[in-house]
Amino acid sequence: MILETLDCRGQRCPLPVIALARRLPDLPVGGTLRVLADDPAAASDIPAWCRMRGQHYAGSPAPHAFDVRRES
Amino acid sequence: MGVTEAYFDTASAAPLHPAARQALAAALDDGWADPARLYSRARRARQLLDAARGATAEILGVRPDEVSFTAGGTAAAHTAVLGGLAGRARAGTGFAHSAIEHSAVLHAAELHVAGGGSVREVGVDRAGRVDLAAFRAAVAAPGTALAALISASHEVGTVQPVAAAAEACGEHGVPLYVDAAQSVGRVPVPDGWSLLTASAHKWGGPPGIGLLVVRKGTRFLPPGPAGERTDRTNDLPGVVAAAAALRAATTEAAALADRHGGLVDRIRSTVAATVPDVEVVGDPVDRLPHLVTFSCLYVDGEALLHALDRRGFAVSSGSSCTSSTLTPSHVLVAMGVLSHGNVRISLHRDSTDADVDRFLAELPGIVADLRAEAGVVSL
Repeated sequence: MILETLDCRGQRCPLPVIALARRLPDLPVGGTLRVLADDPAAASDIPAWCRMRGQHYAGSPAPHAFDVRRES
Repeated sequence: MGVTEAYFDTASAAPLHPAARQALAAALDDGWADPARLYSRARRARQLLDAARGATAEILGVRPDEVSFTAGGTAAAHTAVLGGLAGRARAGTGFAHSAIEHSAVLHAAELHVAGGGSVREVGVDRAGRVDLAAFRAAVAAPGTALAALISASHEVGTVQPVAAAAEACGEHGVPLYVDAAQSVGRVPVPDGWSLLTASAHKWGGPPGIGLLVVRKGTRFLPPGPAGERTDRTNDLPGVVAAAAALRAATTEAAALADRHGGLVDRIRSTVAATVPDVEVVGDPVDRLPHLVTFSCLYVDGEALLHALDRRGFAVSSGSSCTSSTLTPSHVLVAMGVLSHGNVRISLHRDSTDADVDRFLAELPGIVADLRAEAGVVSL
């Protein structure tokens, strides 16, 4: 379930990933954060960040939208 | 006073090899006449050109009449793709290629699609190695006229399974085009391909000289008006210099690969150990000897490049903010690795241990400063 949406549209890399890293710890474990980002690097960098940080990348439900579930 | 520049971008452009400089000067004096004419001076130019072609063919293990020179590596790649597809138009219009081809190959593919052709792009794994099963399937698909596989990634260094790809192509009668720009003059390229291109600028030859090899029996119809010349450049002194550099580079290749391989191993392990939150990408073992790529989490690639440049380090980057199109490297995206904060280092024959030591000593502080400025420490 999407608990929060983070609007990073218009921000250039790596700002959307930084915003995600700042916000996700505020969510409860199991909660999902939706990141809106239109920088072309976000589509690869958000899943890569999840892999590096042990969080779960839950896919892109729409263009420029990326869901991340807090695992730890 | 400034610092001594450590040039780490050979994969973009290698400095001119001393052997090429000598050959260029000699050929400018002695090889300026039109080699197609019949007087003594023209014959002298023809001899120089024939010798350059012969030496290049011998190094590549092909026949001299299979070798032609073009106006640069990009032109060679365009000609190989479009000529290979046009020559096989009766077999179909499908172009199978890996997702990590050089942009010159992808641009030729776009032109092919604009002209009504189709492409089948084959993905890579996290290390940047092509999915061989998917490549085989793309080659076997009905209507595939040509397949392309880069010899080794120009961005992350991972060596590609060219021999296995050539075998799959052979089974289905599909010619294989290999862009060997990062391999020729450094490491052997497996046999079995039909078309191969390279770029003299990457092995220490002058810029603007490309190499196109079309094996006998390959159906090939080069784009553009037909001409009687073998080569697609008139820069005879450049061709002579390119061949001289290739010969010199090939002679030095094994020793250089040893030395570079050791330095790159050191860069890989030291960067991973001394820079927090860094992802060293590409295959750690099956890779080009001289090239290494890593990405620093939360760091702006353009800021990192400029900070390194101020300390006298010339590197390139696949980060979107450093590209003219503001899109991240298609290679890093295909691999699914971090694309921001990206640095590619490629060594050349004059790169020293001291250059690498200084880089490894300064990098952690540079990255830490950039992260502190951006307020992303301990994220």
